[in-house]
Amino acid sequence: MSKSSKTRLPRQGDPPLGDQARVERVLARYSGRIGAVIPVLQEVQETLGYLPIWAIQAIALGLEIPASQVYGVVTFYAQFRLKPIGKHLCKVCHGTACHVSGATEVSGAILEQLRVLEGATTEDGKFTVESVACLGCCSLAPVIMIDQETFGRLSPDKARKIVKEF
Amino acid sequence: MTPVRLKPKRYKVVVGLGSCGIAAGGQKVRSALQDTIDRAHAPVELTETGCVGMCYREPLVDVIDPGGSLFTYGNVTPERVARIVEEHFLGQTPVVEWLVRAQTMALPDDSFFAKQKRIVLRNCGLMNPESIDQYLARDGYRALTKAIKTMDAEEVIKTIMDSGLRGRGGAGFPTGMKWQFAHSARGEKKYVICNGDEGDPGAFMDRSVLEGDPHSILEGMLICGYAIGADEGYLYVRAEYPLAVARLKKAIVDATALGYLGKNILGTDFSFQLHVKEGAGAFVCGEETALMASIEGKRGMPRLRPPFPATSGLWGKPTNINNVESYANIPWILLQGGAAFAAMGTEKSKGTKVFALAGKIARGGLVEVPMGITIREVIFEVGGGIKQGREFKAVQMGGPSGGCIPAGLADTVIDYESVTQTGAIMGSGGMVVLDDTACMVEIARFFLDFTQKESCGKCTFCRVGTKRMLEVLTRITQGEGKEGDIELLEDLCEKVKVASLCGLGQTAPNPVLTTLRYFRDEYEAHIREKRCPAHYCKKLLTYEIDPLRCTGCTICARVCPVQAISGIVKQVHAVDQSLCIHCGSCVTKCRFDAVKAR
Repeated sequence: MSKSSKTRLPRQGDPPLGDQARVERVLARYSGRIGAVIPVLQEVQETLGYLPIWAIQAIALGLEIPASQVYGVVTFYAQFRLKPIGKHLCKVCHGTACHVSGATEVSGAILEQLRVLEGATTEDGKFTVESVACLGCCSLAPVIMIDQETFGRLSPDKARKIVKEF
Repeated sequence: MTPVRLKPKRYKVVVGLGSCGIAAGGQKVRSALQDTIDRAHAPVELTETGCVGMCYREPLVDVIDPGGSLFTYGNVTPERVARIVEEHFLGQTPVVEWLVRAQTMALPDDSFFAKQKRIVLRNCGLMNPESIDQYLARDGYRALTKAIKTMDAEEVIKTIMDSGLRGRGGAGFPTGMKWQFAHSARGEKKYVICNGDEGDPGAFMDRSVLEGDPHSILEGMLICGYAIGADEGYLYVRAEYPLAVARLKKAIVDATALGYLGKNILGTDFSFQLHVKEGAGAFVCGEETALMASIEGKRGMPRLRPPFPATSGLWGKPTNINNVESYANIPWILLQGGAAFAAMGTEKSKGTKVFALAGKIARGGLVEVPMGITIREVIFEVGGGIKQGREFKAVQMGGPSGGCIPAGLADTVIDYESVTQTGAIMGSGGMVVLDDTACMVEIARFFLDFTQKESCGKCTFCRVGTKRMLEVLTRITQGEGKEGDIELLEDLCEKVKVASLCGLGQTAPNPVLTTLRYFRDEYEAHIREKRCPAHYCKKLLTYEIDPLRCTGCTICARVCPVQAISGIVKQVHAVDQSLCIHCGSCVTKCRFDAVKAR
């Protein structure tokens, strides 16, 4: 079976020493605990912004499980990413309520404004735009979330203005 | 003699800061209130609460005057704050035009609450969720005290059985029976799990309860732990709900400090510890065996049952797993008795159900209604009807596992059996209302797109079957449907249903089956006449310019990516149908409503 480019791992040089130490610190706190893979991955991604392949290997070593198993967990859950993201993460909600209230148009407007493809990062590294299934703010549909801030009751024009001002 | 100083009259002001309140700008309103109150030296105590359910009026600000009367302001903006402080807190006259609810007067929004019965949401929006003292003042942890000090495990289980409570996650399995199985299961170590992996797009009941009343979930889980003989529990919450996670963690710390959680609770020999586990984004983890695999740190893939979790669950130990809403009912049932709960509802569905009303509804929000109420009552009386006075077409219940109930069946009563009969399911409580602008084929395509992405891939029919169904549906909405597509869909639906291991695959065809059952003519119009009756599917629309409305502003001609629109300034423009690619840019850009899509 041929591997698609999506699952191929990016090549990387030696990881920065500071980052290695951060991963080790997370691992130290979870050592000996069962079922720690997901929380460790969450914390490592929180500190590094993504999960580089060296970190996956370090986690496998630290938790004494095969790297393939850690990698399997990483690729199963939507939250984990193998590539770095832009400075701001823009999540466009495509839940049912948002969908019937014009999420597709809002999405299109944002992608057009930032000149970026869905799931990708802008050339200047400022924004990554992602579609998500539901942010749970259905009564304010359509909704987007930039970093930790949620914006509701959007129109394509309002959405364009919001990303422009960021 | 020194003059007696009168105590200033104190107002209590509460800002609704659930996720939706914050998204609507609640934090900005809160800071504006703080500033204005400080500057005016108004005698006001400012605090916060969770979601009261009136999401359509967010941001909401409650004012409790010194006499104890409650006033609720809706759609509060930072600009409106000054007048409220000035007239209400200093002048002692409420700003009536901005009020949405008040104890002293009747307001149009009262009908939002008239038919509701609040058990699960008993504290939501009425107390500060981060304050254990306020929870205690509202009978908090009294049910737990009653259970562990005056009842034995069998009595607790019997009370839950008597109540008739059924699983609120959607499947509707009797909760008491589930507890009985876990109680009878042999094993030293047992677990209690709360399923807060609310993944249905269009549902936010669990989020609101976790954010608005976290202690009630802890209390429900503790009572369950006592009943089945468990000493450890996990709260599995979606990572997309950071506020709920933060409030639960605080609730655990506070409850432990006061001895409601931890070793030897309230001086008895019952001990219990709780952990919060954040999900990592996988819809299938709402399925119980997948959820447990996820807690164990594995890929969240379901496994065959039996063995059921009650005998072999988390790490192979007997485990009881219930949904957030189920646990929130438990303290109320223990305090009021099983009979009081069973007195509400229909023959087989007791108590109340929380629904998240969203979509094209006038009053979108969180509502709790007694079982047995009709869909019509929920949508038109509680929800205030359809937005902008449009026509009610259907209601989608149960998310990707559910289906579309057409307007003609609006008098269906809400209970597990009646809703299932329509082809939809009760589900966890998402109710997305659709108006006449919704294309039912497109809605089915939307849900299949979701399930196809979320299928874990274990079962072939779910993995490949949903993909094939999505392809057929996409083709139909793009005007490339052909004879035989409907039959092909029906065939695939049947096979995916039968040959999938877990609920995700077994129910994935429901959105297609229900739309085929009630809106078959729309499928046929797409396939045979290449026409979308709701005028939604862009590829099937013809764009024309209304000569009476066109001002010749040229904007449509400029945005058209294929130069299909021609015309000169200040003269009526025209669309060349042979060039048009049906992108709809001209419709969105026209400021005079002159481009008509038919």
